[in-house]
Amino acid sequence: MATKITQSDELLGLDRGALIEMLRWMVLGRRFEERAGEMYQVGEIGGFCHLYIGQEAVAVGALTPLRGDDYVITAYRDHVHGLVRGMDPGAIMAELFGRVDGSSKGKGGSMHLFDAATNFMGGHAIVGGHLPIAVGIGYAIRYRDTDQVCVCFLGDSVANIGAFNEALNMAALFRLPVIFIIENNQYGMGTAVHRAAAIENLADRACAYSGMQGWTIDGMEVLEVRRTVEMAVERARTHKLPSLIEAKTYRFVGHSMSDPNYGHYRTKEEVHQFKAHDDPIKGYIETLRAHGMIKESELSDIEAEVKKIVDDSVEFAKRSPVPQADDLYDDIYSGEYPDAKRRDPWR
Amino acid sequence: MAVITYRDALNQALREEMRRDPDIFLMGEEVGAYQGAYKVSRGLLEEFGEWRVRDMPIAELGFTGLGVGAAMVGLRPIVEYMTWSFALLAIDGIVNSAAKMRYMSGSQFKMPITFRGPSGAANQLAATHSQALDSWYAHVPGLKVVAPATARDAKGLLKSAIRDDDPVVFLEGELLYGSKDDVPEDEDFTLPLGVSEIKRPGRDVTVVVHSRPLHSALAAADTLEREDGISVEVIDPRTLRPMDIDTVLDSVRKTNRCVIVEEGWPVCGIGAQIVDDIQREAFDYLDAPIARVTGADAPHPYAANLEQLHFPQADLIVKAIRQVCYRD
Repeated sequence: MATKITQSDELLGLDRGALIEMLRWMVLGRRFEERAGEMYQVGEIGGFCHLYIGQEAVAVGALTPLRGDDYVITAYRDHVHGLVRGMDPGAIMAELFGRVDGSSKGKGGSMHLFDAATNFMGGHAIVGGHLPIAVGIGYAIRYRDTDQVCVCFLGDSVANIGAFNEALNMAALFRLPVIFIIENNQYGMGTAVHRAAAIENLADRACAYSGMQGWTIDGMEVLEVRRTVEMAVERARTHKLPSLIEAKTYRFVGHSMSDPNYGHYRTKEEVHQFKAHDDPIKGYIETLRAHGMIKESELSDIEAEVKKIVDDSVEFAKRSPVPQADDLYDDIYSGEYPDAKRRDPWR
Repeated sequence: MAVITYRDALNQALREEMRRDPDIFLMGEEVGAYQGAYKVSRGLLEEFGEWRVRDMPIAELGFTGLGVGAAMVGLRPIVEYMTWSFALLAIDGIVNSAAKMRYMSGSQFKMPITFRGPSGAANQLAATHSQALDSWYAHVPGLKVVAPATARDAKGLLKSAIRDDDPVVFLEGELLYGSKDDVPEDEDFTLPLGVSEIKRPGRDVTVVVHSRPLHSALAAADTLEREDGISVEVIDPRTLRPMDIDTVLDSVRKTNRCVIVEEGWPVCGIGAQIVDDIQREAFDYLDAPIARVTGADAPHPYAANLEQLHFPQADLIVKAIRQVCYRD
């Protein structure tokens, strides 16, 4: 695998501030996840914890061109999508810690981040389950006749589940402003894409739905992701047409914290090749340097600023109390739920 | 008041609620152009248009999720299934998404959605089209489950279900659509969820029953009054989750005997939960073991005679009541 410098000849007309802001988000995503991994290792975070390291260009390239009133929904590898969407890093870390100041009061955990304030619609942990939900958000947008869009991230394995066809068919049938972005990180857990999908480029499946356009792109190139998503957003906002984008990317770490970075399903050498030669952050820094858009001091400034944000998020999470026993039966219904306690006198 | 069918009572509820609140929309297979597989949605497409009465492809998982997403952003979807047996394809959307969205998000998102359609057996539709899966849904915290047995209850409870901010599983009786009774025409008429109704007052034994078997239980009560002089109190909980068990307990404390009837299978059924509630809170009032009359613990057969044997018929209910009254 050759070292990539950059494939982006132009910078999408973005000013220096916007370009550096994208780098800042990518670095924040990387460092936040590295720290989440450390916190998992020391037992502060439990359950399943899926890190996004290696895939940062997809979330950052896709989310930075959106408006605040657009909707975003994703699967269970969701920390960085929430961060870039504007969630409070402390609320995310506290949620991972299972504390009351977490975004879901500690009831959702790593796989179920939600933030109504930023229209971040989750955080969904059943593969494929959130695609129809994204279509429903798109339906509501058309119902209300606004020009919002809904961006729905999904993993490569989702392309093979029934909900994928049901959702994409309805999005095209009803002309809904939904942009499906497949983050093809090459493996559905430990199953290589070619062992699960009878197609080379997953976005080619867009041709099965009238009015839907498909793109397969390099998901390690943040500007390529952004350029493509901007085109898809325009189709959605203006023409009410859905899109299917396949961003080919790679996760540098295990499927979750429960498995090693490499093993029977992929080699150490393969992981090393990607980390050494196809790191989306290193590649983007090279691009910015080549265009004279960044000073070396700014890199260290970003690292320092991001470190403080991540440090603060951990401090916030540690200070936040664990939920009270009474919280167990809250948030189930809109009203009181006395039956649960009546049948459960000892807890 | 007007005597109308269960089907038309549901239609009135839908029409009145959709006129009242523009955020309410109906979707499902054949709800629009075909006017509803059971004609419950007759005339609604013409009045409200295709964005509010949406024919869906046969994709239960897909359009259930569509409803969940629309509810997350503030609409109030009504999802119709052609039968609840088809909703098995959508159980991820109901159980994983709708039921848990409020909890998983720490109450950031509410879920004002109604899932409705015919449940239970019809006439010889056999094993895949006849199931009463009431207890499956009643098992799940986060869902509310309603199963009306009369046209009046169907209208009043559906209106409340649509207005509720939580996901409601609304189980209509497939063989009840043509049944008739007095239904208030007042647009403000609703019946609260979670309130049982004494359908027939009595002194000697309590029968708890919901949905279509209510009518078998009422027939059995007539027979026993006439032939045995047994006074049967018949209670319909109507809402299976959360259930108003206090009305049942009050009755059992009075009669000291209880029979529970349901169309579904016996194991882990609705009646099993009611038995637990009674033994826990009214054990000392019981003069006899509680009896249950349920659908047979077998898939639904096609043959007409076997299918009739599957149901909790009135003669079985009579036998059970005689047993708990030690009259057999």
